[in-house]
Amino acid sequence: MAANMFVVPQTQGTVLCCKCGILMAPNPANMCVTCLRCEVDITEGLRKHVTIMHCPECDCYLQPPRTWLKAQLESKELLTYCVKRLETDLKKVRLVNAEFIWTEPHSKRIKVKLKVQKKALNGAILEQSYVVEYVQQDHMCESCTRFQANPDQWVASVQLRQCVSHRRTFFYLEQVILKHDAAVHAIKIKQMDRGIDFFFGNNSHALKFVEFLGKVVPTDKGKRSQQLVSHDTKNNSYNYKYTYSVEISPICREDLICLPPRFAVSLGNFGPLVICTRVTNNITLLDPFTLRQCFLDRDQFWRYSFKSLLSSRQLVEYDVFNVEVVSPEYNVGGCKYVIADVEVARVNNYSKLFCVRTHLGHILKPGDRALGYDLYGVNSNDNELDKYIDLVVPDVILIKKSYEEKRQKKRGKPRPWKLKSLNMELDESSEEKMGLEYEEFLRDLEENPELRFNLSLYRDRDYQPSEIASMADDDDDVPSVPLEELLADLELSDVEDGEDSMRE
Amino acid sequence: MATRIQFENSCEVGVFSKLTNAYCLVAIGGSENFYSAFESELADVIPVVKTSIAGTRIIGRLCAGNKNGLLVPHNTTDQELQHLRNSLPDQVVVQRIEEKLSALGNCIACNDHVALTHTDLDKETEEIIADVLGVEVFRQTIAGNILVGSYCAFSNRGGLVHPHTSIEDLDELSTLLQVPLVAGTINRGSEVIAAGMTVNDWTAFCGSDTTATELSVIESVFKLREAQPTAIVEEMRKSLIDSYV
Repeated sequence: MAANMFVVPQTQGTVLCCKCGILMAPNPANMCVTCLRCEVDITEGLRKHVTIMHCPECDCYLQPPRTWLKAQLESKELLTYCVKRLETDLKKVRLVNAEFIWTEPHSKRIKVKLKVQKKALNGAILEQSYVVEYVQQDHMCESCTRFQANPDQWVASVQLRQCVSHRRTFFYLEQVILKHDAAVHAIKIKQMDRGIDFFFGNNSHALKFVEFLGKVVPTDKGKRSQQLVSHDTKNNSYNYKYTYSVEISPICREDLICLPPRFAVSLGNFGPLVICTRVTNNITLLDPFTLRQCFLDRDQFWRYSFKSLLSSRQLVEYDVFNVEVVSPEYNVGGCKYVIADVEVARVNNYSKLFCVRTHLGHILKPGDRALGYDLYGVNSNDNELDKYIDLVVPDVILIKKSYEEKRQKKRGKPRPWKLKSLNMELDESSEEKMGLEYEEFLRDLEENPELRFNLSLYRDRDYQPSEIASMADDDDDVPSVPLEELLADLELSDVEDGEDSMRE
Repeated sequence: MATRIQFENSCEVGVFSKLTNAYCLVAIGGSENFYSAFESELADVIPVVKTSIAGTRIIGRLCAGNKNGLLVPHNTTDQELQHLRNSLPDQVVVQRIEEKLSALGNCIACNDHVALTHTDLDKETEEIIADVLGVEVFRQTIAGNILVGSYCAFSNRGGLVHPHTSIEDLDELSTLLQVPLVAGTINRGSEVIAAGMTVNDWTAFCGSDTTATELSVIESVFKLREAQPTAIVEEMRKSLIDSYV
């Protein structure tokens, strides 16, 4: 038997349309298209007129119940929005195509042509297009109304304070907030003495911000107070203004702390003089003589709430003359330390030579400069220190190596990276002091890679490395930010207005 | 003459009736309207018999017949068989056949000379058909459907088949049946021809949804316009009588 059977070619015949009698090819309904269209209107029951709300101030359209969507005329977003308004209708039919029909921009009418498909009699699928007209009604959205009524209106505010004399924490916090976009909902940010105020339009935004703060810096729980703005007696509803007061712990990096006796004992006789090495939402304390490390989370800290003995403003420069390594290299919590005995003298008073023990044996060499606390000469008025009866207080505690000399060579040379800043209302009186502190903060960032971990540094487009003495720079061991860590700045993010595309 | 009728609000009149040149079977309905429609057309000419088959009313699809005989399925009761034998003329042979496919009306389409059957019909059944109905039997499909009895209706003068039948198939069937065939629809675009209508040589009954176009197609292909029962006699008379006095 042949593998290929002879198959008779089949030509389709013609039948008469059952209604109008014209010749046509047979189809499942056996009616010509015209008769079918007269018979069946698949757009029956679908809405042809819809009313939409439009806010003339911000050009937004209302998506009930409360979302306002920003869209331009004849844009993709507007088309999506219009089709979405017809969602219930379009469940009955299948949407094939949608497009705009031009209308006059000020006519307050939007026309959309929709092509739909539906199953008609006997399984024939019919396709039909129809026009839906949207009437635009002007209605101000809630945020515009509120803004119009009182431009300074805020509903919730967060007052962030830290009782220290420098603003390093706030510079760092500013960068963290920018990285996580935590303050996108803030209406206004104001810089105050010893702190920053954030104003929000919504209580939940403020709460979210307070929670975010609790995760990045050691804050206390925060106290809330509310003020009655208005009271609707008929509805029994109340409008409040909420204020959250959040305090950051006064312990900062590189602070010298004397722990309260009870606390030191509870930690297992943790040497009462400790250095704070790292502050995130936990505080890391390091005993420089025993290299013991301890972590405090915020609940623990605020239970004892001690202050620091000496802070980084009181750091003094020392010259290192001799280094004798005493112990092998220890790795404490990711950082390497070596205990060494060093001979140091104050830079402006060479007469007195101090022999002290320090934990910086891994980076100090004779001839280096170091920064430390002068406990020999300081007159500390600290309650906790007095409670210790037989405590041997060392003369000097070294904190870090100083790159000041090498920085002098680089003075005036720009950095290849830059930071962004929040849209803050600044306090004019302290601008000069701020400039100095900001420079110190940038140096801090260069020296400490772990500090940069949480932040975004951007490549400075305007930076041109100078041709002269570029060779000399390579030999320098001043720490700088490696190029891989820098983010290329996106063009879009340069537009730093607070406008969102979705607002509630 | 084609008439539009309904059986209890259903337009599928071919399901509830069977019309041949020698007799007409009608289902028992709630009201007498269906029966009286047939009676008014056919009363003097051929007997119109009210019956059920296997206790059901879908008699048109269960039995197959022509002027020579009537075939009923195996589940017809004895009383029904007896009733049919009594009511129909003596020259019509009523035969009950044992066949797995018991809806004979869907499986067999016939006129007085030729029959088309379902491809899977038994050999003995085919022989019985040839014997009882006195026809030539052909196994066929129509537009790919094996239920030939549902998708075509034909008489001795012409036939109507499923609208999707190709031209080659139409020619082939026409040659077999020796009658002109046309592809068309019934009951406003329905493809199940034999369920929507029933036809013999001079009259046809269609469902009430049939459009004017469909009705004109039916009347032209079955040549019903001039056909009256007496017209056949008239033609014969012309050839018999030599001269008018």
